[in-house]
Amino acid sequence: MSRIENTFNNKQNILNIYVTAGYPNLNDTVEIVQELTNNGVDMIEIGMPFSDPLADGPTIQNSSEVAIKNGITIELIFNQIEEIRKTIDIPIVMMGYYNQVLQYGSDPFFEKAKAAGVDGFIIPDLPLDIYEKEHQQKVESLGLDMIFLITPQTTNERIKLIDSKSSGFLYVVSSFAITGSKSDIQQSQIDYFKRINSLDLINPKLIGFGISDKKTFDTACQHANGAIIGSAFIKDLEGSNNIKQTVKEFIRTVL
Amino acid sequence: MNYKVNEQGFYGDFGGAFIPEMLYHNINELKENYLQIIESEDFQEEFKDLLKEYVGRPTPLYFAKRLSEKYNTNIFLKREDLNHTGAHKINNTIGQILLAKRMNKKRIIAETGAGQHGVATATVCALMDLECIVYMGEIDIKRQAPNVARMKMLGAEVRPAISGSKTLKDATNEAIRDWIENPEDTYYLIGSVVGPHPYPDMVARFQSIISEEMKSQLMEKTGRDYPDKIIACVGGGSNAAGAFYHYLDNEKVELIAVEADGLGIDTDKTAATTQVGTKGIIHGSKTLLMQNSEGQITEPHSISAGLDYPGVGPLHAHLFKSGRGKFIGATDKEALTAAYQLTKLEGIIPALESAHALAALDKINFNPTENVVINLSGRGDKDMETYIKMMDNE
Repeated sequence: MSRIENTFNNKQNILNIYVTAGYPNLNDTVEIVQELTNNGVDMIEIGMPFSDPLADGPTIQNSSEVAIKNGITIELIFNQIEEIRKTIDIPIVMMGYYNQVLQYGSDPFFEKAKAAGVDGFIIPDLPLDIYEKEHQQKVESLGLDMIFLITPQTTNERIKLIDSKSSGFLYVVSSFAITGSKSDIQQSQIDYFKRINSLDLINPKLIGFGISDKKTFDTACQHANGAIIGSAFIKDLEGSNNIKQTVKEFIRTVL
Repeated sequence: MNYKVNEQGFYGDFGGAFIPEMLYHNINELKENYLQIIESEDFQEEFKDLLKEYVGRPTPLYFAKRLSEKYNTNIFLKREDLNHTGAHKINNTIGQILLAKRMNKKRIIAETGAGQHGVATATVCALMDLECIVYMGEIDIKRQAPNVARMKMLGAEVRPAISGSKTLKDATNEAIRDWIENPEDTYYLIGSVVGPHPYPDMVARFQSIISEEMKSQLMEKTGRDYPDKIIACVGGGSNAAGAFYHYLDNEKVELIAVEADGLGIDTDKTAATTQVGTKGIIHGSKTLLMQNSEGQITEPHSISAGLDYPGVGPLHAHLFKSGRGKFIGATDKEALTAAYQLTKLEGIIPALESAHALAALDKINFNPTENVVINLSGRGDKDMETYIKMMDNE
């Protein structure tokens, strides 16, 4: 059983926190992940900083720019994950853009990720048909999970298709949004979550985009297996000179 | 070899739609509808009528006598500079605005670098009474003040892109993000043959009016409906796509694309994508682009803002890789020299982008009997500040 599957089997209200690798300082990521784990986070999403992150808002883009200037590379991210894996056993998902995977070389990328201790991937601009044709076999043979997104505009038919290609969990984008925007959950979003739940999908679901605090996290947990928080946490890391304290205080506002 | 887009949106290895799920619905809606709408009789009638009465088409195919004498061949200039708003850009914005209206979209967004596509978009939005928001890099807003003023006068809102390098690529990212956040009422009016399928094909079709006119004009002037060579500048590549379009399958016509070498392809100040770029994904399209080994997209440089793009449309990547197109480069300096030469020989001040196509004349061997068409994609009014600076320096 994969780490992700195991986590969903054993726990409800999963909290997944996004961390931009190499931010705020090049070598902070290991400590941040350790502190998140100490404070009860269930899953970690490690962002691979990209120059042109189309699906992300200003907070994550800015953190990515800083991380790239800090000198982060895919190789360093793999090293950091290896380091994290020495003490931490919760699932780690890498989030990045398809161009980064292609330039690294897709097969070596998936192999190295596996060796470093990664459990799955979120690659928002990787089309479903290209994944199926060019990468699915490799990813599955390594026992890794590929997580796809669904949005309020995704039709039921397509949600089922995406569910059938996904493993690990489904990433439910909460609204018409890029990351880091909007704050309250509206009735129309709840209707959308209910629609998804009526479809009897194979994969567990995490809600992301616009989740930032206890209120939004709790609402998300009522309609899915948990939620992903990104920008709100990255904002708190900006200018932090005490990671331990920042992480502790942030998680206290959510759990 | 096939040079038209296939059903999956690819030109050979290049193209496709590498987009996040948040854009799937919009892109799919466009993909499912664009051909049926733009091939309909009613659309074509309105499109052609506006091109004639509003844009001022057909643009002349002018035999440049003195330029021809200098190069000892027969040079024709396709005068896209004479279009309303001063460049070929409006052919595409007219087409897309008619499409947006038929898809019942109420809000138009666009990206712009130098401001030419922004002005052409603001113009058609004023004409059609549609809300218009143009994303423009903060740095470009400072560099291109007159075009910013034109867009505002035309009623558009100009929003600065403050992320990344604060230029065209970031303006494009911001426009895409706006579309993600406003998927239902908004139409994204892309300015070049770039972005996810079906944009490259759609924009090429709207710009193909350029080579459609060339065929009948050449027939009239030379007794043959094709030239021996067509020369066009390439940033994203929309004017070149339009000038090449009806000749893609005619191997007798040599297609010459001129990229901006900037300060030179051996420096890091260049925009010559096919020379220094590698295969990857930019703005939802698999194509050639300028990037480092980590896949981070690098910043291009050209004196001409319209060629200052780190990628190239997938059609052009395919023309380059297949050898169907011949790609050469012109530096900032060569383009400036060519602009001055055309002005003095023919009394035409070209846009800096088009000046790159003209600069190619010094890099190609011609024979006296052949016919060469240069696509003069735009006029130089917007570049006067740069031209004046050069005069002052000499």
